[in-house]
Amino acid sequence: MKINERFYPILATVSVLALLYGYGIYEHRAFSDSYVLGNLLTDNAFLIITAVGMTFVILSGGIDLSVGSMIAFVGVLIAELVTGFGFHPLAAVAVALAIGTAFGAFMGLIVAKFDIQPFIVTLAGMFFLRGICFVINLDSVPIDHPFVSAVGDFKLPLPGRGWLSASALLMLATVMVGILIAHYTRFGRNVYAIGGDRHSAQLLGIPVEYTLIRVYALSGFFSALAGVVFAFYTASAYPLAATGVELDAIAAVVIGGTLLTGGMGFIAGTFFGGMIMGVIQILIAFDGSLNSWWTKIMIGALLFGFIVLQRVITRSFSGMRAEVQTA
Amino acid sequence: MTSLHTQSGASAQRRIGLPRALMQRQWFAPLGALLLIIICMGLVSPGFLSIRVVDGHLYGSLIDVIHRGSSAALVAVGMAIVIGTRGIDLSVGSVIAISGAVMAVLISETDLPPWLIILAAVGSGVLCGLWNGVLVAYLEIQPIISTLILMVAGRGIAQMITGGQIVTFHGEFFEAIGSGYLLGIPWRVLIAAAVILLLWLTMRKTALGLFVEAVGGNARASRLAGIDSRGITLLAYVISGVCSAVAGIIIAADIRGADANNAGLWLELDAILAVVLGGAALMGGRFYLGATVIGVLIIQSLTTGILLSGLPSQYTLVVKAGVVLLVLLMQAPGFRRSMAAVLRRRQHED
Repeated sequence: MKINERFYPILATVSVLALLYGYGIYEHRAFSDSYVLGNLLTDNAFLIITAVGMTFVILSGGIDLSVGSMIAFVGVLIAELVTGFGFHPLAAVAVALAIGTAFGAFMGLIVAKFDIQPFIVTLAGMFFLRGICFVINLDSVPIDHPFVSAVGDFKLPLPGRGWLSASALLMLATVMVGILIAHYTRFGRNVYAIGGDRHSAQLLGIPVEYTLIRVYALSGFFSALAGVVFAFYTASAYPLAATGVELDAIAAVVIGGTLLTGGMGFIAGTFFGGMIMGVIQILIAFDGSLNSWWTKIMIGALLFGFIVLQRVITRSFSGMRAEVQTA
Repeated sequence: MTSLHTQSGASAQRRIGLPRALMQRQWFAPLGALLLIIICMGLVSPGFLSIRVVDGHLYGSLIDVIHRGSSAALVAVGMAIVIGTRGIDLSVGSVIAISGAVMAVLISETDLPPWLIILAAVGSGVLCGLWNGVLVAYLEIQPIISTLILMVAGRGIAQMITGGQIVTFHGEFFEAIGSGYLLGIPWRVLIAAAVILLLWLTMRKTALGLFVEAVGGNARASRLAGIDSRGITLLAYVISGVCSAVAGIIIAADIRGADANNAGLWLELDAILAVVLGGAALMGGRFYLGATVIGVLIIQSLTTGILLSGLPSQYTLVVKAGVVLLVLLMQAPGFRRSMAAVLRRRQHED
């Protein structure tokens, strides 16, 4: 059976993850414990949730640099609403999600209507949200509420010593929802079509502008959700939190095998991409002799490998097209 | 070969004749904005405009703007050339960290003469530029992504060079670069000005600038016209790498140490913003070095002005974001069209 070339990147991602995990189990006995898996899912929950939203944006041929600032903004906002205004955390979360979605939709509106590069629009959004964080609060503040600690204490035991936390469960649910949206809705198909060829999509009657606005709104929602997870996970808010997460999220999407020019990729790949980055961090922590900067260098090297792999695949695609034309 | 180049240069000039005619206005708008900001700042806080001579050195907020803006201006000018080729260089902050790390480690651990150390630091910038350029020009990977790799890995490399510590150093020569003066003018300003002038001469007094704009306008057409478009793209990234490396030297010399985590952090955003403020299109095909420097001065006056006006410094980012959005909307053809449509409707109603 010949495997469709579309699946090569995601197969490469899964193999790398399996290799890294296998190496971890081979080198360190404790690695095979479900405790490690539970922590892996919990620690990277906010990153993977962000990356799921980012995958939609990249599939549509765009990019969203505002997600890291959004995470910090949501945290600061929730802290302010809960401690300053006496909101129940759930009400604060609802407000934060609504604002995040609206802000994403606004950026999408500018990108779609005025045809400005998404990169620079979301860069301005990144500045803006980070600035608003500073305006609301300059210090790190605890989010002190019985509900928040109750959520933090929630544990679903796994076989072995490990458990799944609320953030891990929410992350897994988000990935499922993302897969459903991407592959089983008209919106998802439109996103793939626009990323593949915007002009053709327009000619086919796909509502390009409306879909793009929804893509950025979706990314705004998912990054706000990641902000909620991050705030509950750390039980505090800090305006400088999550700097650089936008790049980690993009890296997770790329390592997950999504084509950066848009139109090709899988949400599931993003999940595995985020897990790879988490495993690298754990491996370096387990090793002890390696310093933390190796994380950055190894992620950079992986990025490079996957981008070159993508180039090879897109070249073989255009090669196939050339063959069809000459035939 | 020479005749071929002149021909292609001439055809490139014809093709991009229209933006060149707008060049006068391109200069005018950013300069006007800068003057407006300076006047506003002067009204809000009168101390902003005063320049005094203390100990034979010039002092004052305006001097401070130029002083602090010099490293950003270097980075922005390199970025402008890369954007001219329809690219983007996200790795400038990491290159700054790497060159600063190379310099600091060489000073504190070897007895090499200063010029050799400077050469090594600039060389690290050349290497980074080559890496980016090869990825973009020869492997044909999107510029945002190719430079993202170095942006992520670069700070790790810088930390590896410094061993994860903030390496501090002493040395009269390097302290002079960071905070010394020549005839009352800070050395760092002179260095930045010299590099920018050199770049301007090579870009605008030779055909190189036209080649860059031709490649950015349409890489394929420029290749057919006989321009080595890959070589030009590679060169643009190397120039950007060198500019960032020099900025890294200045920044490290200023704090007398290399901070791999924070040196040049966020500078890529300021640099891109300055280029856009200078009127260059992010879609490539034109760049303006002088206007980019003015763009840097606008950003720096905003930052310094907000600090002086007594407004909390945390508003800087919000103001910057507002300015970027405004400039972008004014540049966008779609926005201009809809504004024109609104105006026309008004006229009809009248």
